[in-house]
Amino acid sequence: MWWLLFFLVTAIRAELCQPDAENAFKVRLSIRTALGDKAVSGEPAKEYRINKVVFLWSVKISPNRRGILISHVLLCNITQRVSFWFVVTDPTKNYTLPADEIQSAIRMNRNRINSAFSLNDQTLEFLKIPSTLAPPTDPSVPIWIIIFGVVFCIVIVAITLLVLSGIRQRRRKNKEPSEVDDTEDKSENTITIENGIPCDPLDTKGWHINDTFMTEDERLTPL
Amino acid sequence: MASAPGPDPPGDSSEDERPKWDNKLQYLLSCVGFAVGLGNIWRFPYLCQSHGGGAFLIPYLIALAFEGIPLFHIELAIGQRLRRGSVGVWKAISPYLGGVGLGCFTASFLISLYYNTVLTWVLWYLLNSFQHPLPWSTCPLNLNQTGFVEECQGSSSVSYFWYRQTLNITADIDYSGSIQWRLLVCLAACWAVLYLCVIRGIESTGKVIYFTALFPYLVLTIFLIRGLTLPGATEGLIYLFTPNMQTLQSPRVWLDAATQIFFSLSLAFGGHIALASYNPPRNDCEKDAVTIALINSMTSLYASIAVFSVLGFKAANDYGHCLDRNILSLTNEFDFPDQSISRDEYAAVLTHLNATQPERLAGLHLESCRLQDFLDKSASGTGLAFIVFTEAILHMPGAPAWAVLFFSMLFTLGLSSMFGNIEGVITPLLDMGVLPRWVPKEILTGTVCLLCFLVATCFTLQSGNYWLEVFDKYAASLNLIIFAFFEVIGVVYVYGMERFCDDIEWMTGRRPGLYWRVTWKVISPLLLLTIFVAYIIYQVWTALSMAENSQYKQFPSRQEKSYPGWVQAICGLLSFLPALLVPGVAMAQLPIWRRRKQKRGGQPDMENRPREPMASPGPKDRPSSREE
Repeated sequence: MWWLLFFLVTAIRAELCQPDAENAFKVRLSIRTALGDKAVSGEPAKEYRINKVVFLWSVKISPNRRGILISHVLLCNITQRVSFWFVVTDPTKNYTLPADEIQSAIRMNRNRINSAFSLNDQTLEFLKIPSTLAPPTDPSVPIWIIIFGVVFCIVIVAITLLVLSGIRQRRRKNKEPSEVDDTEDKSENTITIENGIPCDPLDTKGWHINDTFMTEDERLTPL
Repeated sequence: MASAPGPDPPGDSSEDERPKWDNKLQYLLSCVGFAVGLGNIWRFPYLCQSHGGGAFLIPYLIALAFEGIPLFHIELAIGQRLRRGSVGVWKAISPYLGGVGLGCFTASFLISLYYNTVLTWVLWYLLNSFQHPLPWSTCPLNLNQTGFVEECQGSSSVSYFWYRQTLNITADIDYSGSIQWRLLVCLAACWAVLYLCVIRGIESTGKVIYFTALFPYLVLTIFLIRGLTLPGATEGLIYLFTPNMQTLQSPRVWLDAATQIFFSLSLAFGGHIALASYNPPRNDCEKDAVTIALINSMTSLYASIAVFSVLGFKAANDYGHCLDRNILSLTNEFDFPDQSISRDEYAAVLTHLNATQPERLAGLHLESCRLQDFLDKSASGTGLAFIVFTEAILHMPGAPAWAVLFFSMLFTLGLSSMFGNIEGVITPLLDMGVLPRWVPKEILTGTVCLLCFLVATCFTLQSGNYWLEVFDKYAASLNLIIFAFFEVIGVVYVYGMERFCDDIEWMTGRRPGLYWRVTWKVISPLLLLTIFVAYIIYQVWTALSMAENSQYKQFPSRQEKSYPGWVQAICGLLSFLPALLVPGVAMAQLPIWRRRKQKRGGQPDMENRPREPMASPGPKDRPSSREE
């Protein structure tokens, strides 16, 4: 119903609004993508409201353009895709407003236009009008530096602790009487040597283990 | 644990002080950690998929049985028996083979350098994973904020993050660029973490290994469970394991299987010899060798299932997005109502339009979407970890958590392998007595880590990635095969097969069976020789090439470029210099041997006559008394 009315009204100025006309922009809506299951067949109503909003913002940004009404915004070539072309005419309806003004007006207010319809840059596309992308919110100090700092400090502290404990252990070992060790070594180190070949007597250490009587368990190392 | 008591050798009280594993589990975990590394995650699945899926397991298992396990057993046995690092062991077997030990030591050193650089990249990604959204999920904005940076737009946000924000790579290996400070600090952190773990040799690594060796298995299991529940996982797995027997006819497949086993088990690095040298002499090294090798291969398979279920999910995801993009183009061009074409209807609509309006359709330049193409886009190495897998993670719900898990798994995998590498460097230094006895071990390990860090800073240059590939390809491949060949020959023919078998019988209680003897004497040396020759032929055939340039939008394919002359010279040096140590040291021994012979003047050469194994060969029986 509304749809037909609009067509009648804008048919009069059809020659100003055509696909690829001068100062004309194509708009593409992807409502089902945006709303998912909640989409209802309200596309014509949406077009009308977009129309109004476009007009409002274009007026706001170009204050020298006075007297622009909603009827000055012309739509044409509405498709099932839900895409259409629009132009904004001046009050005399003789010529269309330059593309740059429209473009800058829409670019400035893109966010507000999007939020008015709960759409985003992908679902409400103004072709040929590049959208300004929001930069990612970077924290002042990148996260990786923080974590790196923590890890590195822990590692350095651990290394220092290990080195210090090693030094302490060595000092304690040096303080033990070394004579006891020496005598033990001496007795174990005497090996009879004959013809340059060291003999290998059956074990000279303390309590003896006779190799010939190795039990089965002793051969293999348990886990 | 029962240890064979024996009288101490004269003047060598270090036997008492030689560190020991706290328990056998530490030793097993250290060996498993050393063997299981990054290659199990990002090399084996790729090889499996590109060489005929399930059919690849056949050459792989054959190589494992006839090359991997026998060589591994030899390394563990000589390390455990002779109780020295790689340099000492080979000097002990024969002074003419001392070059093998030195070569292994050099190879370990070179590998440590670049392996830790890979860990640097992993650490960088890990540190960047603690944020939502992940930094590689979106491209940065261009200057006037109307779109994304052009370089990023052309490739993908993930590639951009890897090549530009991480590596900041130059176009060519010729242009070194500047040092990337971010990577430099991460490199310092990696070496600091490594130093912290190896500061007291196996006393410290033995404590950490429980975590670093077992944690990756936990994460792999989590990824496996998550991966199998993702949509598209089954396609990925079917694609991975569908056997294609035709590929077995290509010799390249067999060569890849043999080299994969070789490098996967980390043979001829000297690390396993070092780790085994801390064992008590009576330890069943045969069972250990078979167990660890099988665990390594099982881990490879396990990891490939997890990896390919995630990659299948990614391929299905990409395929879906491809369809969606085409559907959007169609709806925009032909003004169909929004979302009127579902993915299933796409094919039908396309054929209908092709019949009715082919010109308009052709003007759209729709991309062809085939699931197979997306599955084919697999990668290996850093490409898999930092580009393909990170992109797959982006699509999983709770992406930062998965990224943290994945990169911490890679980090611990790499760290446990680094323990083995560094032990292969430190243990020979300790045995050779490079620093005087009173210098504490912490200083030696600290010096080694500091030196490696300083040399490795060249990998943080903008051209660092190219250099890393050079090192990876040339320092680590040919040399190790040569050393492994000399290892087998040295033990079997110089040390003596019978003597070796007697030693093993003493250590394990059983004499090695027919399988071991045949593989050691004949099959493994032949296999190694074949691999060596095939490798050389292959290298010569594909000229030195592959440089990355800025057209990485074609990733994973790269532009073929040959290295400049000076780089080729370095490649040659890296390939052959360590190997030249073998004949070099052997020839250097000749005048010494001659001098000794003259000195004795006709007396029977006591040291060089073949020695019979004694009833209880204690440590003093080591021919190290011959060491200068």
